[in-house]
Amino acid sequence: MHHQDIAVDVVVDIYTRILRIRRFEEEVARLFRQGQLPGFVHLYIGEEAVAAGVCAALTDEDTIISTHRGHGHVIAKGGDIKRMMAELFGKSTGYCKGKGGSMHIADFDIGMLGAIGIVGGGIPIAVGAGLSAWYTNSDRVSVCFFGDGAANEGSFHESLNLASALTLPVVFVCENNQYGEFTPAAKAMNIEHIADRAVGYGIPGVVANGVDALEMYRVASAAVRRARGGGGPTLIEAKTHRRGSHAEGEEAFLGGQTYRDEAETAAAQAKDPLLLLHTYVGENNILPQNQLEALDAQITIAVQEAVDAARNSPEPAVETVFEDLWL
Amino acid sequence: MPRKTYVAAIQEALAEEMRRDPRVFLIGEDVRIGVFPSTRGLHAEFGDKRVIDTPISELAVAGAGIGAAVTGLRPIVDLMFGTFLYLAFDQIANQAGAMRYMYGGQTKAPLVFMVQNGAGSSAGHHHSQAVHQFFMNMPQIKVILPSTPYDGKGLLKSAIRDDNPVLFLHSLALGGKRGDVPADEYLIPIGAADIKRAGNDVTICAVGPTVYTALSAAKTLAARGVEAEVIDLRSLSPWDKATVLESVAKTGRFVAVDESFPVCSAASEWCATVAEAAFHHLRAPVQRVANKDVPMPFSPVLEKAVLPSVADVIEAVNKTLV
Repeated sequence: MHHQDIAVDVVVDIYTRILRIRRFEEEVARLFRQGQLPGFVHLYIGEEAVAAGVCAALTDEDTIISTHRGHGHVIAKGGDIKRMMAELFGKSTGYCKGKGGSMHIADFDIGMLGAIGIVGGGIPIAVGAGLSAWYTNSDRVSVCFFGDGAANEGSFHESLNLASALTLPVVFVCENNQYGEFTPAAKAMNIEHIADRAVGYGIPGVVANGVDALEMYRVASAAVRRARGGGGPTLIEAKTHRRGSHAEGEEAFLGGQTYRDEAETAAAQAKDPLLLLHTYVGENNILPQNQLEALDAQITIAVQEAVDAARNSPEPAVETVFEDLWL
Repeated sequence: MPRKTYVAAIQEALAEEMRRDPRVFLIGEDVRIGVFPSTRGLHAEFGDKRVIDTPISELAVAGAGIGAAVTGLRPIVDLMFGTFLYLAFDQIANQAGAMRYMYGGQTKAPLVFMVQNGAGSSAGHHHSQAVHQFFMNMPQIKVILPSTPYDGKGLLKSAIRDDNPVLFLHSLALGGKRGDVPADEYLIPIGAADIKRAGNDVTICAVGPTVYTALSAAKTLAARGVEAEVIDLRSLSPWDKATVLESVAKTGRFVAVDESFPVCSAASEWCATVAEAAFHHLRAPVQRVANKDVPMPFSPVLEKAVLPSVADVIEAVNKTLV
């Protein structure tokens, strides 16, 4: 990695975002295994470099839209892990007061316009956030995270074309984690790079190493600059890896069937964005080991506090099913 | 009072609201030219930024409206024909209506989806369906369908000012209909019905073009001494149950006239509500008059045969009189 031009505080910031996502999700995985979390949980472990690198390139006013695999995006944009954890427990203190859950976390105060549970469902909404910036002559940029699966949805095509036709400030970030649920991306499309589709919309398409958070930061910064300057949208394809399951506990509905061989899983696990950046930080003397350990300990404690707070939070009152309706 | 067409009244509502609030804008395919003339001429006054032509991409345009609404604007998304809403279903059903609730009240989506609804121009199945009943089934989407120029203007202005997603349906069949429209500003509240004809013998509930079918039937029935009360619901979600139930308490008879596919039609919902809440007032079973249960045919003769007719309404009323 040759990223010596990226300022030290930026590297530390990105490293912190990745670590926060990782420790949060490791705890979520534990809680799910213990049967403490209702519903579905889709983990982002192995893909953290994308959210962390991209969000580090954004201002607080810039907006993002996320997916069913959305915890990482919320944390990377500056979300409160206490309110996130409480939402995963379905508690009244959660971001959505227990009405959204893991797949529907939003924080409008930090420009996190929501995780969308429908594959490809968020892409048009991100175009609308870009339209809004253009309409109000704001220099806000709209970023849309989605997966390789969403790139085969009609909404992807319509949205990229619309954003291009209207020259809107939108950055489309395709997280190609190689799998759409249990189907390999290579079986779902006959092209090597989803970024190549950008040609069809007359916008730049960039392939990036989605394991390398600093490369993601660099590529995203360029796309954000272009969008902010009135140059229109960019499609970034981050080549990344889903280290684990599509959804936690998927063995239960796979019924003994497998879809990935062990060698491939091992290879995916070896490409660890946290380890890669950790090595970079060490080799370049960005933070001394004791400070790295202190950071990790601090995040681990914060995650534990979030779990404790969530457990001790009240369930939503049943009457609240009739709240947050028409204004 | 000035007399205006239904289309002109809608156009006036759009222009007035766009003048009043700079956050209001129009977006959709050919809104600049105005395929249905309700958006025609607005570009000349408001320009490229507030009258935005888009590619034919209903899903993306609907979603873009939502994204703009949750970031502070008040879009009017014109998707042309009601049937084109099917292409945007995910954005309306999964996102627009649910976002506020799903995110625990953190946001609101003040936007209007505007489409033509129903038959009458012999355009075949893909351009002649009434779609309102699908959207009545979706939580937290307001649905309105005015029958007169006066109601159209007043309801559209309310829809644009509403902080929730509203589906504003207008009827191509009624586009040229003229009526009184006051020069002074007025609003019609969403959810309030209007009794278009008073009567004591039978309640006929209708919406959009079927209001005229019901009124024609009422005229024929009056010649026989049967006085029908014709309620124009105007809003389908939320709908004015109180006015309907009050009328049924008086008449003891209920006929629902609705241009929908009959299964789970708007008429089905009205009848179910009346049967549940006003059973003891009823002197006869409730009656539904909806489309025949077939796709929309092209031939003017066949199209007419599929839609609720005056004769259908009279027959249904007769069943309540035995």
